Amino acid sequence: MSPRYLALVVVFFLVVALVAWPLGRLLDRVMAGENHMSRRLFGPVERVVYRFAGVDPAKEQDWKQYLSAILLFSFVTQLVTYAMLRFQDRLPLNPAKLAGVAPWLAYDTAVSFTTNTNWQSYGGETTMSTFSQLGALASHNFFSAGVGICVAIALIRGLARKETTNLGNFWVDLVRVHLYVLVPLCVVYALFLVSQGVVQNFLPATSWTTLDGGTQTIVQGPVASQEAIKMLGTNGGGFYNANSAHPFENPTPLSNFVQMVSIFAIPGALCVTLGERVKSRAHGISVFLAMTVLSVLAMLVVGHFEQRGTPILASQGLDLSFSSVAPGGNMEGKELRFGIADSSLFVVVTTDASCGAVNSMHDSLTPLGGLVAILNMQLGEIVFGGVGTGMYGMIVYVAIAVFLSGLMIGRTPELLGKKLDSRDVRFASLYVLVPSVLILGFTALALTTDVGRAGIMNVAATDAAAPWKPHPHGLSEVLYAYSSAVGNNGSAFAGLTAYSTDHPVFYSLTLGLAMFLGRFVPITAAMALAGNLAKKKISPPGPGSFPAHGPLFVGLLVAVILVVGALTFFPVLCFGPIVEHAMLAAAR
Amino acid sequence: MRQLRACLSITLVLFVLTCVVYPTLVTAAAQLGFSERANGSLVMRDGKVVGSALIGQTFADEGAHPEYLWGRPSAASDVAVTSDGASPLVVTYSGGSNYGPLHPALADEIAARVALLRATGVEGPIPVDLVTKSASGLDPHVSPASAAIQIARIAKARRTTRERVEAIVAAHTEGRTLGLLGEPRVDVLAVNLTLDRELPMTGKEPTP
Repeated sequence: MSPRYLALVVVFFLVVALVAWPLGRLLDRVMAGENHMSRRLFGPVERVVYRFAGVDPAKEQDWKQYLSAILLFSFVTQLVTYAMLRFQDRLPLNPAKLAGVAPWLAYDTAVSFTTNTNWQSYGGETTMSTFSQLGALASHNFFSAGVGICVAIALIRGLARKETTNLGNFWVDLVRVHLYVLVPLCVVYALFLVSQGVVQNFLPATSWTTLDGGTQTIVQGPVASQEAIKMLGTNGGGFYNANSAHPFENPTPLSNFVQMVSIFAIPGALCVTLGERVKSRAHGISVFLAMTVLSVLAMLVVGHFEQRGTPILASQGLDLSFSSVAPGGNMEGKELRFGIADSSLFVVVTTDASCGAVNSMHDSLTPLGGLVAILNMQLGEIVFGGVGTGMYGMIVYVAIAVFLSGLMIGRTPELLGKKLDSRDVRFASLYVLVPSVLILGFTALALTTDVGRAGIMNVAATDAAAPWKPHPHGLSEVLYAYSSAVGNNGSAFAGLTAYSTDHPVFYSLTLGLAMFLGRFVPITAAMALAGNLAKKKISPPGPGSFPAHGPLFVGLLVAVILVVGALTFFPVLCFGPIVEHAMLAAAR
Repeated sequence: MRQLRACLSITLVLFVLTCVVYPTLVTAAAQLGFSERANGSLVMRDGKVVGSALIGQTFADEGAHPEYLWGRPSAASDVAVTSDGASPLVVTYSGGSNYGPLHPALADEIAARVALLRATGVEGPIPVDLVTKSASGLDPHVSPASAAIQIARIAKARRTTRERVEAIVAAHTEGRTLGLLGEPRVDVLAVNLTLDRELPMTGKEPTP
């Protein structure tokens, strides 16, 4: 591990904390309908929207109404996206005259963007028209992030309020988060990206003759505006196939640093919002610290193994050492301007948060670097996590941690003055168990069917007629795919071919189901939990209450998350990355 | 019914806000404030576009071009995309090799590139970035160490001194941002364009 990397990790978290503090307080005020600067500017717009939509902003919803509004909105927008993709050949802004997107691919992509996953079974520059990028895809980058924040805020309200069924009004929350937070931040952010070299235009693809007489044709488009919300909304779906490794998406080390910070910005800020709303800043800070501990552990592992490189590389007479003139390490699938350090940090940030943007190719990571990426997603995307999803997932884990500690000391478990009952624990268990079952079940299904194995690239037999030879990296590719889909992450071990004209159905269908259930089952559980919590009384802390802050709480929370994740997934990780690590050590 | 009306109208409003107002605003500001960067940071030579300052170029046959600085190997490919007409649009499709660390092709391709470099007289350890494929396939940079081992070859091909080539490489070498972010890097296209301008090939023309 290079000293630069350690310094980078420290500076990164300092900047995240500095951004999260004011942003979290702003989110709290915006979602509470209080006055703030952008409301003074755009307040009239908000009122006109409510009148147009027939929404009474003072009328709040219970958890079932709130949930049904979320499901309705997601369904309608998903349908619109599917239609836009299918008919992009008849819609404007299609300079390359691309065909309509094939049915299964359009289905998979529509689910993917609606669920904040942004899994891409296609390459952006060869499949999507400017209209599709802008209307069908970038729109969902906003919407799915907005929905995530709404659910998190509703659950926080459930914790903070007492003896009520009211959790807020989804339509009001959704409009506010777009109008006052997401769109204004993205305007500034997108212009910063343009200043670094990210393109923003409506030009057709640009061609030129290269120095040796070859031709390069680079697709242009409104990339910066899509890039900003792609990162801030932890969406991760790239305009280009190479995602944030493409120089037109992420041209400089500075743009890269800001992209990483922006992934953690809102998830970090929601910790502050939580602390403000439940009137316990210490609780919010403790949750932030628990996330930071888990994240730093992952960063140290990835940074170490990527910088060390592999025996295969070392055996070829290559210089793998870090110095002031070379990055060294495992540079396959990484960009020189980011080197090992900024790539390793990005790997952890994008898989901790359910972002899924990549600035290096994860399939080419060292086995244990790749293991961390997979495990991060399997932990349920709660270490910062997706925008909103990370916060409501973390609150579920907090409830489980408090429940377990209650069992250990033989008292009724209590969270921020609310006694947890069996319904709460059942919803929390549903939240944790369903994703695990989905990941392991779908992985097993894909590995035991020919059509599932046909997508694997690492390491396929070179002779097409030869039977598929099991290889741990092949298992990792499939396991990564379903962990990513269920966790709504969207990054990939991209050697896996998830869509081809020969096999259009299998991965589209199973990944689509994994993304859908991985999004909406946890949202349902979180909303049910919110409804149940909001009904309860808040009792003042007594001498026997377990405080939801401080080192003991942080330690307990971290331990619960690691134990639940490790127990569930350790066996399958043994057959993938861990065996591969041993094979690599033996290879010469 | 109330929910449906709310849903449809708010969906419409949000589409207009995020897909019309927002990108239009950003595009207008970008074109006014940073038009060159917003349009791809294109590099001109003799009135013609020869590349983008941000996009790396590769040589189809590197052995035939000892006079240029070589960039990193690329897994980018050309893909025909247009659905109609006789002349399909071929676009440069970005991406990495996706080779896992044990993929046999990884070792084979690195070995081939090491052999190519050795054939040009490179001795000693080779910086790993010069023989591994980048994530985008469009990486515009190599490390200073990777440029250094090519200087003797370029100087010989251009019949000049190592010092002159070294000076050009140094002029297009950038350090870490704020001393912390990113890696020191050499801009390959900028070096090659400067080489052509300041140390043009005599006799055999390098470019068709």
